[in-house]
Amino acid sequence: MEKEKNKSLIDRVWDFFASVKLAIVVFAVLSLTSIIGTIIEQNAEPERNVRLLAKFFGQSAAPTLFRVFDTLGFMDMYHSWWFVAILLLLASNLIVCSIDRLPKIMKLVKEPVKPLSEEHFRGFGIKKEIVLKGRPEKTRDMVAGAIKKAAGFNLAEIKEGEGYQLYSQKGNFTRLGVYITHFSILIILIGAIIGIFFGFKGFLNLPEGAVSDVAYARNGQEMPLGFSIRCDEFNVDFYGNSDMPKEYKSRLTIIKDGKEVMKKEIRVNEPLTYKGITFYQSSYGLVPGGGGNSIFKFKLTSKDGRTEEVSLRFEGSFTIPGTDLTGKIEDFSPALGFDEKTGMPFTYAEQMNNPAVYISFYEKDKRKYGGWILKRYPQTGQLPDGHTVEFLDLWGIQYTGLQVRKDPGVWIVYLGCITMSIGLFIAFFMSHKRLWVRLVEERNNTRVIIGATANKNRHAFERKIDRMVSLLSKAHEGGK
Amino acid sequence: MDSSTLFGISEISYFVAMVVYITYLAFRKPQIGLTATTITIIGFVSQTSAILLRWKEFYDLGQMGILRAAPFTNLYESLIFFVWCLILGYLVIEFRYRNRSFGAFVTPIAGLALAFIDLTGMSKAIQPLVPALQSNWLLAHVVLSFIAYSTFAIAFSTGLMYLILKTDKRNEPSYIFWTVALGVLVVILTAMGLDYLKFKLLIRTPEGLIKSYLFKATLFSQTTAVSALSWAAALAFIFVLWRYGYVIKRVVAAFQVSTEILDEITYKSIAIGFPVFTLGGLIFGAIWADQAWGVYWSWDPKETWSLITWLVYAFYLHARLLRGWKGKKIAVVAVVGFVTVVFTYLGVNLLLSGLHSYGALE
Repeated sequence: MEKEKNKSLIDRVWDFFASVKLAIVVFAVLSLTSIIGTIIEQNAEPERNVRLLAKFFGQSAAPTLFRVFDTLGFMDMYHSWWFVAILLLLASNLIVCSIDRLPKIMKLVKEPVKPLSEEHFRGFGIKKEIVLKGRPEKTRDMVAGAIKKAAGFNLAEIKEGEGYQLYSQKGNFTRLGVYITHFSILIILIGAIIGIFFGFKGFLNLPEGAVSDVAYARNGQEMPLGFSIRCDEFNVDFYGNSDMPKEYKSRLTIIKDGKEVMKKEIRVNEPLTYKGITFYQSSYGLVPGGGGNSIFKFKLTSKDGRTEEVSLRFEGSFTIPGTDLTGKIEDFSPALGFDEKTGMPFTYAEQMNNPAVYISFYEKDKRKYGGWILKRYPQTGQLPDGHTVEFLDLWGIQYTGLQVRKDPGVWIVYLGCITMSIGLFIAFFMSHKRLWVRLVEERNNTRVIIGATANKNRHAFERKIDRMVSLLSKAHEGGK
Repeated sequence: MDSSTLFGISEISYFVAMVVYITYLAFRKPQIGLTATTITIIGFVSQTSAILLRWKEFYDLGQMGILRAAPFTNLYESLIFFVWCLILGYLVIEFRYRNRSFGAFVTPIAGLALAFIDLTGMSKAIQPLVPALQSNWLLAHVVLSFIAYSTFAIAFSTGLMYLILKTDKRNEPSYIFWTVALGVLVVILTAMGLDYLKFKLLIRTPEGLIKSYLFKATLFSQTTAVSALSWAAALAFIFVLWRYGYVIKRVVAAFQVSTEILDEITYKSIAIGFPVFTLGGLIFGAIWADQAWGVYWSWDPKETWSLITWLVYAFYLHARLLRGWKGKKIAVVAVVGFVTVVFTYLGVNLLLSGLHSYGALE
């Protein structure tokens, strides 16, 4: 009590930050507050959360409650001042607690193992004894060999009366595992902070053929890239004839000072990085207004096998090679479907799920026939006259949705993750093992007394020692 | 034989094994115990073959590498894999501790998880992968997460058994905790079962069950009388469980497992699960998210709930190892930890929205 009173304020503050109690309180507070943020939709339109609150507390209370929660930062909770403050509290707890305990632990790590007195041998959790034929000088090497073979210990030895004491330790550094783990959390936090202050997150919807030298933040603000990026092509593949996308990919070109410096095809899980800025394939869509630059590509094959590839714009026309049959694109649908009852064509999605063109064919300015040709169903391009029109591609009407990110802290976060994995492995799966063996002379034979400790997983260590004892007794039998 | 037949065999085996394990507890005949173990192993082997077969079926569908065709990509497959890990973990414990008593506790969890699949009628079809899931991280992330979930499930069972054995007084907080927790669990499962039976014909997708019909047959029924009656029944059930909890205690006591062993298994399971979960669940998840979306951490509900789970087990470890929490207090934390695991795994997909919507029941 006296002692407590004499503590200075600084000591008390220090003890507060070094305490495990603080750590477990912070764990509890972080868990409980985090739950709220998973129920209230973060960064959502206000109406959505007002509706959510109305569900729980009634219509009349909801708007007032929303204002209260909004003021307290719950609508963007994980970035609110108080949540960040709890995280900082955790960080200072980690730092202070590590500094507080490190000297003691370092002593344990650095301290060499010492021979023990006879009384000490009584108190071991793991204790084995065996009697070997022959005097200690003879059996010494055999014992050391068995220990090396079964448990991998290199032993130090001293002479003890007529016998010896062998002793050793392994894994003393594993006491640091906890600190490595704690330290890694700090590394991750530092990486995250660097990311927040020196990085940015944005997006860019880039139509095929378009070039941009900026990306956009969520609030619509322009962010200069320092170079230009062009989308050369965007494509979606579907599973079979379903509407489930299998893969979507963009061919991108980076242009710096008027020169093409990099070309890469990106897809989900395979981004492009240039000068620290990474472009992730994230979504896609149709250019609003149809994309005045769009180009349709067809492969034309006449009845007698003559082929030609043509590229044309909407309402453009082509001639089947070697004939005077001309086709004209008169309509387009990004996702053509046919009504189940009436058979009438309609557009079922504002995505390029099933692109189709309506082509009318003319002979000498007289309309002969016409119909929908679907890119995913080549058989629709078989003309009654035996010619075929294959709808190869449509370029310039889709945009690729890119996530744009610059985060110089990400490598520090990765480093923290690696450190954490190593720290946890050491802390949970490795132990500090110490072993002492006395060889006592007993009527020209040797009594081997083994004592050992491990700070974790004692049973596994005990099994190793059992193995060592059985090795010894076997070697002993053999040597008879 | 196709994979679903083999899954069926394993499901039946686990339920039969449950009955035999309980019979074993009643009569303590070694032959019965051996039968129980054999049935469990038969179930496990057929489940293993089923998973491998499904992997092959998935791979034969083409279009992706063998590692990416791992059948752990939707709720159905992940539940199956969870059960597999759980049974594996249990068999390890049975052989190491030479004790069959836990079988009666673990096989029902396995059986219930598989019954949940049938109850909600979730899709068992092999679905092709959406682009975001086409990554080699899928295998590592999912496998390690589920190994960790299974160790947490084991810690939950042993922690709960510990609480049941160690509490006697009805006004004791930990007694109230386990009776009410168990009561709520049974009530929720029963209510969902009744929802399913009543609205079976109306439900197009199981997701629809959760979104539109959850508890509508009972607790949240349109008819006031039904709703009131259900609440009364639920509360009465929990009350009875609380009042006659000693009956359950007697059953568990018949297992003749020492509370020290229970406590040790709880701790050891968490000591294995925690680092595995940190690496596979959080770190691999973050790296994958970084590669797919360019954000290693976005506070979406799934990520946040994983963090909550992680914090609860960090709480467990620090409270136990450094603050010296022992016995009932720490067992409560182990039980709460698994509740957060279940919510991370199912609750987030069923009740909250987020980037991880691929796991939804469809």
